[in-house]
Amino acid sequence: MAHFEKAKNLHEWMDQRLAIDTLKKVMQTEYWIPKNINFLWAMGMVLAATFGILLVSGIFLLMYYQPNVNTAFDSVNYTIMSEVGYGWLWRHVHGVGASVVFLIIYIHMFTGIYYGSYKKGRELIWLSGMGLFVAFSAEAFSGYMLPWGQMSYWAGMVITNLFSGGSLHADGLVEWIRGDYVPGQAFLNRFFMLHVLLIPLAIIGLIVLHFGTLRIPHVNNQDGEEFDFAEAAELYKAGKVKESKVIPFSPVFLSKDVLVMGVYFIIFFYLVFYHFEFAMDPVNFDPANGLKTPTHIYPEWYFLWSYEILRPFSTNVGLIAFAIAQVIFFTLPFLDRSPNVAPASRRGAFKFWFWALLIDMIVLTFMGKLPPQGIWSTVGLVAALTFMGLWIILPIITSKEKKL
Amino acid sequence: MANNTKGRRDFMGMALGGFTALGGIGALYAMKRTWDPLPSVKAAGFTTIDLSPAQENVLVTEKWRGKPIFILKQSKEMMAKVSEEAKKRLIEVDGAHYMVAVGLCTHLGCIPGYDPADESFLCACHGGMYDSTADVTKAPPPRGLDIPPFKIDGTKLVLGETGPEYEKMLADGTTLKV
Repeated sequence: MAHFEKAKNLHEWMDQRLAIDTLKKVMQTEYWIPKNINFLWAMGMVLAATFGILLVSGIFLLMYYQPNVNTAFDSVNYTIMSEVGYGWLWRHVHGVGASVVFLIIYIHMFTGIYYGSYKKGRELIWLSGMGLFVAFSAEAFSGYMLPWGQMSYWAGMVITNLFSGGSLHADGLVEWIRGDYVPGQAFLNRFFMLHVLLIPLAIIGLIVLHFGTLRIPHVNNQDGEEFDFAEAAELYKAGKVKESKVIPFSPVFLSKDVLVMGVYFIIFFYLVFYHFEFAMDPVNFDPANGLKTPTHIYPEWYFLWSYEILRPFSTNVGLIAFAIAQVIFFTLPFLDRSPNVAPASRRGAFKFWFWALLIDMIVLTFMGKLPPQGIWSTVGLVAALTFMGLWIILPIITSKEKKL
Repeated sequence: MANNTKGRRDFMGMALGGFTALGGIGALYAMKRTWDPLPSVKAAGFTTIDLSPAQENVLVTEKWRGKPIFILKQSKEMMAKVSEEAKKRLIEVDGAHYMVAVGLCTHLGCIPGYDPADESFLCACHGGMYDSTADVTKAPPPRGLDIPPFKIDGTKLVLGETGPEYEKMLADGTTLKV
């Protein structure tokens, strides 16, 4: 038995048993963040807060949702929407949150790409972040199945069919994933399990890992400047707050985060209360029907760019292109051959590469929503080829980049 | 003495690791089997369809294993248009020819719509097209609609059972196993 003195108050009692003072230092008051940042550095905490909101609204939806092919549709569209007090609020928060979280993820990703925050010791931050992107995608897809409307059913059909691997005809694998020949009860039940338990557990684990990978290399800054954090921290602790290049995570950095979050949540709840319909596809208000395909199937906006990479090609080529598009962002720290950690604007050809990628993905997103006809087919094909081309030239242009 | 201890610890470590791995493999197999389609799902996979009420150039949609089944009785004019190769896809019952196929696009599984005037199928998802024998005429689908396993029983078809006519189609590559 370790020796314990009698505590003078609750704080001391807790500190003796949990070392809460040390914990607070390590996690907050002596976790150092560079000063030279802007509002884009708040997106991480905005994402964490949005995930929290998705979790809370999800818990309340879970109280009335029924994962059964006969009752799922009504449990959402009738019970939750018109019987449960404020059920509509949880549903609209959950639906809008699921859509908006991807917007913030994309901003967070492109901020990292722009400032080179995936290089020189920060590779694991990027890789764990991409792991989170994949986990959030799986979470969004499995959640989309649950209302069991026409879009749920047919998105489930089309996406699980991708696993047949085109000419490989792995129909057995597809049926294994579904637990049936077509999406049915077994399918709905297992995607319900994935959505409410397994994937959220993975997401929480990955968030912890993502924060952990940030600790040693520290947060990047607007100039990609390398400096001695320990020295800057000493300066701050000595009271030379102005001269120091860092601020503590809490309360200083967090108070800036809270300001950005405040603005974000005004917009977020404006959408929840006045424009939730953008996150609610009208086709999904028809119950699932395995004998009738909706005339035009398209995914939610955040998957459109990769869907458009699949679409203009024949089955096998399309599948390969799609598979590459899904994983190519993981390779960014390794395909970027330049040692420079600097904003894209100072990196010569990379500046054009960055903006070309961003614009190309926006074009792909718009094309994915339009029917595959006429000029739009051609534009989509060109944009898909451009996407592939950009990743091929990345190692070439970055290895020729001048060292700053 | 020290070496002896090390040897014993290594042995215990390997024994523990070995049995743990064995248990892990067993658990993985159990998890895989839990995801398999249930026997009741597999057993419900037979449907009998009477072809006699079918009319020429009118698409009939039935259901088998949760999937739509297209049945299209071919008229004389339609038969005149199609190639010998495509005729292999048709089922002859009582002197008439029928196209019977799983109504899911072989690209990604949407249901194509039938246009009787043009005698063709169009899949609205990605623009694939098929002729009246459900053979593919426009990409992205890699092949014609798949033909379900069938057995001819008088004027009836039993879907899910394998008859000699279906085996012949499989053997000469007219269709893939569904």
